[in-house]
Amino acid sequence: MGKFTWTKKDLLSIYDLNAEEICCILDTAEEFKKVSQRNVKKVPALRGKTVVNFFVEPSTRTRMSFELAEQRLSADIINISASLSSLQKGETLLDTARNIEALQADLIVMRHSAAGAHVLLADKIKCGVLNAGDGAHSHPTQALLDTFTIREKKGKIKGLKVAIVGDILHSRVARSDAWALLKLGAEVRLAGPSTLVPREFEKMGVKVCHNLKEAIKGVDVVNLLRIQHERQKAGFFPSTGEYSKFFGLNEETCKYLKPDTMIMHPGPINRGIELDSSLADGSRSVILEQVTNGLAVRMAVLFLVAGCVKK
Amino acid sequence: MNVKKEFILSGGKVADPFSGVEAKRDIGVKNGKIVDPKSLKKAEKIDVSGKIVAPGFIDLHVHLRQPGNSAAETIETGTKAAAAGGFTAVVAMPNTSPAADTAAAIEYLNYHAGRSGVVKVFPCGCMTKDIAGTEMAPIGSLKNAGVVALSDDGKGIQNHELMKHIVEYAKALNLPILDHCEDENLKGDGVMHEGVWSTLLGMKGMSPASEELMVARNIIFARMVDWKIHLQHLSSKESVEQVRAARKRGIPVTAEATPHHIALTDECIKKFDTNYKMNPPLRSEEDRKALIAGLADGTITVIATDHAPHTPTAKLVEFDYAPFGIIGLETAIPVCLKELYHSGVLSISDFVAKFTSGPAAVLGLDDRGLKPGNAANITIIDTERKVKIDANKFYSKSRNTPFNGMTFKGKAVATIVDGKFVFNEL
Repeated sequence: MGKFTWTKKDLLSIYDLNAEEICCILDTAEEFKKVSQRNVKKVPALRGKTVVNFFVEPSTRTRMSFELAEQRLSADIINISASLSSLQKGETLLDTARNIEALQADLIVMRHSAAGAHVLLADKIKCGVLNAGDGAHSHPTQALLDTFTIREKKGKIKGLKVAIVGDILHSRVARSDAWALLKLGAEVRLAGPSTLVPREFEKMGVKVCHNLKEAIKGVDVVNLLRIQHERQKAGFFPSTGEYSKFFGLNEETCKYLKPDTMIMHPGPINRGIELDSSLADGSRSVILEQVTNGLAVRMAVLFLVAGCVKK
Repeated sequence: MNVKKEFILSGGKVADPFSGVEAKRDIGVKNGKIVDPKSLKKAEKIDVSGKIVAPGFIDLHVHLRQPGNSAAETIETGTKAAAAGGFTAVVAMPNTSPAADTAAAIEYLNYHAGRSGVVKVFPCGCMTKDIAGTEMAPIGSLKNAGVVALSDDGKGIQNHELMKHIVEYAKALNLPILDHCEDENLKGDGVMHEGVWSTLLGMKGMSPASEELMVARNIIFARMVDWKIHLQHLSSKESVEQVRAARKRGIPVTAEATPHHIALTDECIKKFDTNYKMNPPLRSEEDRKALIAGLADGTITVIATDHAPHTPTAKLVEFDYAPFGIIGLETAIPVCLKELYHSGVLSISDFVAKFTSGPAAVLGLDDRGLKPGNAANITIIDTERKVKIDANKFYSKSRNTPFNGMTFKGKAVATIVDGKFVFNEL
């Protein structure tokens, strides 16, 4: 690791981070990945610290990953979900957070359906705030684990060509991945139906494609996303069948990939729609390694952020 | 408030768009009326040299929130805010709770405005019952109760046939229509302008087409029925283009822009501050520039604040869940002086016109202006006085402004209603 020192008490979005900060997290994650490979998978890094997992929007894998990461760092953990929280009784988000703060919690890991909800908390409370996904805005730890996985497999990020295919409009993963990859010098293509990949994305510095073959030609990495039915109204495309026909990655369309193209997916996979089973389970897929790396990345961000929370 | 029976505003520069006068001139006031200063012998001379003396500013678009949400604003606090902002009259939007869709509701407003109103309150009645967009409100009774215009502000009437009937009915009663132009399907559950920033931030967008379609519809009805439709809070470039073309053809449409739409853009939302959330939303820089161009060439004749108070509790929530709207009465003149006058877009008389003769023409008021015999409604502006916006010092009960902490040059320094100083920082 270089001389860089992490200084942020919150992890809100990738957009807020510079390349040095992203690399600091990835380097730290490399160290923590070793912990999970030991017999005793636990370190005392967050002993005596309290972490509240506050999931206002449902989550399985991210929540499990964060919780396990916290346990491996020896933190004390409280889990709150929206259905059990006082939000149901009309309490505002900020009041709930202030109550958590009053219990001297150190970190809040929050998932929320509203974009920017984390900014509201981070500005107003002393606890460190980690974004575990906010609406379609940001999912920084997913982007960090994707970037980590790419760097680990390909040895670098700079100069790589990465295609992200799917429901980009409603995807916080696509936005966060794109920012992380762009900041580290990759070329990013966003692809999907024109209604789900508006041209406005070009302002980020990515290429927008409405044709799968064009999008995946010559790429080093292809990242498939599922259609987020829960976030969208009807009428963006005719049917999942037609979507699959034009944008699904299958034995036929994967002929356009280079032999060493890596296949990624943040999960949950809708098998047979955006990605065929043979590819999801095939040798080019790193989907389960992403999950493994997610643990290391989350340990890293919890550790770094906790070090900057003022008592 | 200091009451003076007669006085002379002396040494100021009069800018009166009603008469076209823009010159150093004294203005006499006696018993609440404008008089020839030479006719006053014992009057106190009030030195306003270096200041602009203008007819009383009218805000065509204000939410006073009473009845229904007096935690956010009341007729008293809202009109005090108006006075402090340099407005001598406000048009009260009818989307109170209950909505102002009955004669009784208008009588309630008139009663409280008479008791606690600091500036003149012009009532505006609903076009449809409970602003539901389904049944015509009792427009004739509303007229008898004293409404000056009709509006379903906050919502657009989606049923075009009903809208056409309302325009026809309103014409017979000589009531102008102030329309909130919005197609609800295209707005969807959007929270900000649909464009680059909504795309980057992953926020649900409100397409400008939502406004532009309804602007087109209203232009069609204004032409067919030959009746005045005033288009509220225009936000998009294409809307401005449509209004420009329609006015060239002599179609009786007018339009307003708000101070925030000419000063701010959707980029401001990147910090998720809900004081940048309003409807219509802040749009792109191109749209902002088009609104200013529309004000410059006379396409847009009115600046109105869309003063929309909300309590801090209501606004200090997730961006998606916050109500639309910001307050504007106490910041309008500083913000607009910066964007339109100090920037050289408008002369002082043209600037004043957007707040005086522009709105007066929409309402058909013919007794404004600094002419002897008219009521002494006067706004005095110091275009050079430095002002730092401090929301905690607002007369408004609410604090939901994006301009808090910003510094501007110029403000209203005195507001006179019927010869009475209702605000005085001279």
